[in-house]
Amino acid sequence: MADADLDGPSGPRILVFSTNNISDPGIDLAGSRHLHYPATVFTVTVPCSSAIKPTWILHAFQSGFDGVFIGADGDECAYLPDCNARTARIAARAQELMSAAGFEPQRVMMAALCSVCAEPFVNHMREFSEKMTALGRVAALAS
Amino acid sequence: MSERRIGVYICHCGGNISDYVDVAAVRDAVKDLPDVVHAETSLFACSDGTQQDMIKMIRDQNLDGLVVASCSPKLHLFTFRGVSRRAGLNPFEYTQANIREQCSWAHTDDRAGATTKAIGLVKGAIAKTRESSALEPMAVQTTPASLVVGAGIAGLRAAIGLADLGLRVYLLEQSATVGGWVGQFGPTFPNDRDGREMVADLLEQIQERPTITLLTNAELTAKSGSFGNYAVTITVHGESESTVEATVGSIVIATGFDTYQPEIGEYGYGIDGVVTLAQFKELVEASPDGIKFHDRPVRTVTYVYCVGNRQPGGNEYCSKYCCSATVHASLEVSAVDPAIHQYHLYRDIRTYGKYELLYEQSRKRGSVFMKFPDETPPTVERAGDGRLLVTTRDTLSGGVDVTIPSDLVVLVTGMVPRENTELTKMLHLPVGGDGFFNEIHPKLRPVETVVDGVMIAGTCQGPKTISESVASGLAAVAQSGAMLMKGVAELDPLVAVVDASACTWCGECQRVCPYEAITQVEVDGHDVASIDAAVCKGCGGCTSYCPSNAIDLLGATDAQMQALIENLVEVTVP
Repeated sequence: MADADLDGPSGPRILVFSTNNISDPGIDLAGSRHLHYPATVFTVTVPCSSAIKPTWILHAFQSGFDGVFIGADGDECAYLPDCNARTARIAARAQELMSAAGFEPQRVMMAALCSVCAEPFVNHMREFSEKMTALGRVAALAS
Repeated sequence: MSERRIGVYICHCGGNISDYVDVAAVRDAVKDLPDVVHAETSLFACSDGTQQDMIKMIRDQNLDGLVVASCSPKLHLFTFRGVSRRAGLNPFEYTQANIREQCSWAHTDDRAGATTKAIGLVKGAIAKTRESSALEPMAVQTTPASLVVGAGIAGLRAAIGLADLGLRVYLLEQSATVGGWVGQFGPTFPNDRDGREMVADLLEQIQERPTITLLTNAELTAKSGSFGNYAVTITVHGESESTVEATVGSIVIATGFDTYQPEIGEYGYGIDGVVTLAQFKELVEASPDGIKFHDRPVRTVTYVYCVGNRQPGGNEYCSKYCCSATVHASLEVSAVDPAIHQYHLYRDIRTYGKYELLYEQSRKRGSVFMKFPDETPPTVERAGDGRLLVTTRDTLSGGVDVTIPSDLVVLVTGMVPRENTELTKMLHLPVGGDGFFNEIHPKLRPVETVVDGVMIAGTCQGPKTISESVASGLAAVAQSGAMLMKGVAELDPLVAVVDASACTWCGECQRVCPYEAITQVEVDGHDVASIDAAVCKGCGGCTSYCPSNAIDLLGATDAQMQALIENLVEVTVP
């Protein structure tokens, strides 16, 4: 189902896992301030980054994403004080699944994003997109 | 997957979306997708007119799913859930696609890219809706009673407010007397009201109310049950130890703060004549006829601000009350003896709001304010004549070093979080990086915690003035009333659920759930995990630990998340 009348995305496609209470407002703020980042970045929301299943990350790569960025809550998480350690464990599990499936582990990245972290988010997206460009596209690798 | 009937609305948001995204192209890209029975663009999806149209469409077309692509769900998730409910559609069959904050506004430079992205976001939302099912909020009968932990100014005022709503109140205080810090204060800013008098007044009001049970020398020693009906055990210490058992619908935590204790040597602390603000205020209050220290008249006082606060790597926050309290103290000093010289050495003066007037008054009465640079804090040493020499760099005089011979040096110490390990553990209270308790949302849900029915008030949440403490105590009262006055409360149904047929009981989920929501039960002769929906906070932390993938978080199930993810981008077929 290609959209013939629209240009396809040119840059690497990034999936961002964000949290409802902490990083979502930060990412929204980037938009509210009209700070630009690549339009090939897509954000999906979970309550807490500890709720991300490693299989979802693998699924993202199998669905055509080139990189996965996890916006972690760090100390700000209202649910789990050890949220960061849990999220790091999820990222590590995902990397095992990715390696087994032939995706480079550096395609997943995790960083703390706060509720007003508009500029840090935009910078992360630019830098991560550049890294994924250097690494090459997943779809191209699969072909 | 059975057939669905989904309606899709793509909002122009005036031009906020449509100026940067080709909304007609988005509609055309999704209108013929399987299960989409209606797709349209609208100028303002949130307008009353469009809401009415949506309700009519949901009913006429018998829709069982709704997608609105518009602004951030932070603005209108509840608006469109409400539209769904009014139309007879289950609100959890509604999905919002954020194509404004996370699309049009972020990509004003890339119309083609923004349009492609918006198509992906809407396709993802449709796919997620296809996997959604109707959920019902749980109704819980609630007990019209509250427990207030801590009888400082916030807890005292909250207890009165709760009782006046008609709730039964248990007010417990760890120490032998009520009032906390404020109960030890003399005159306080901004209106010189005496702290001890205020507390005595509140205590009298409490004693007039038979529905308040005040327990001193008491602590909360056990809590069980779930939101709406917490069973609490209060242990009262004394000559003979006793316990009080109660059932309460809400718990207000008002355990207060501790003051920062300077290290020996910190700004000369330990040298005779270097005192904290609290000690100094006692001295001023006890000296109506001229301030003396060791029987020597005090002619010069130097204040050092921000002690133990705003320290990189330490307590980085500002304690908010101390600038105003110090400026207020300086006015008390000049009232006793206007000839006393007062020097204020500060990083920044934060006598915010109306307290600015106190600062103005203090300067007019002769107080000298000198700003020191962060990297060069003042030093304090003892001179041969017994006086104290305070040396500071005055930023506003071109950075010259000034030495002030002083009779007293007052260290303006800030607030630090109180040690509350047992309570924190028992109630599963979220603690922030600074050590104070965390609310759900700093602006919109400032006194609720993620633990339903447990609220935080006063300085256990972070530094506050007396009036701010009382305001947050009363906010916790209002919130308790909102939860308990109806007698029935609804709990969000977005919780974790176990697929008993897939669970093999390994205990991992129980181990990682800090809320004790998970128990081991037997189903058809097999041990499996069971999650108490009334206790589960819906964080999803257990789901990623299950080795059998037997746990799903409603609202973000495996099926929903995978469908969402795989529909965001087109897979390039080589």
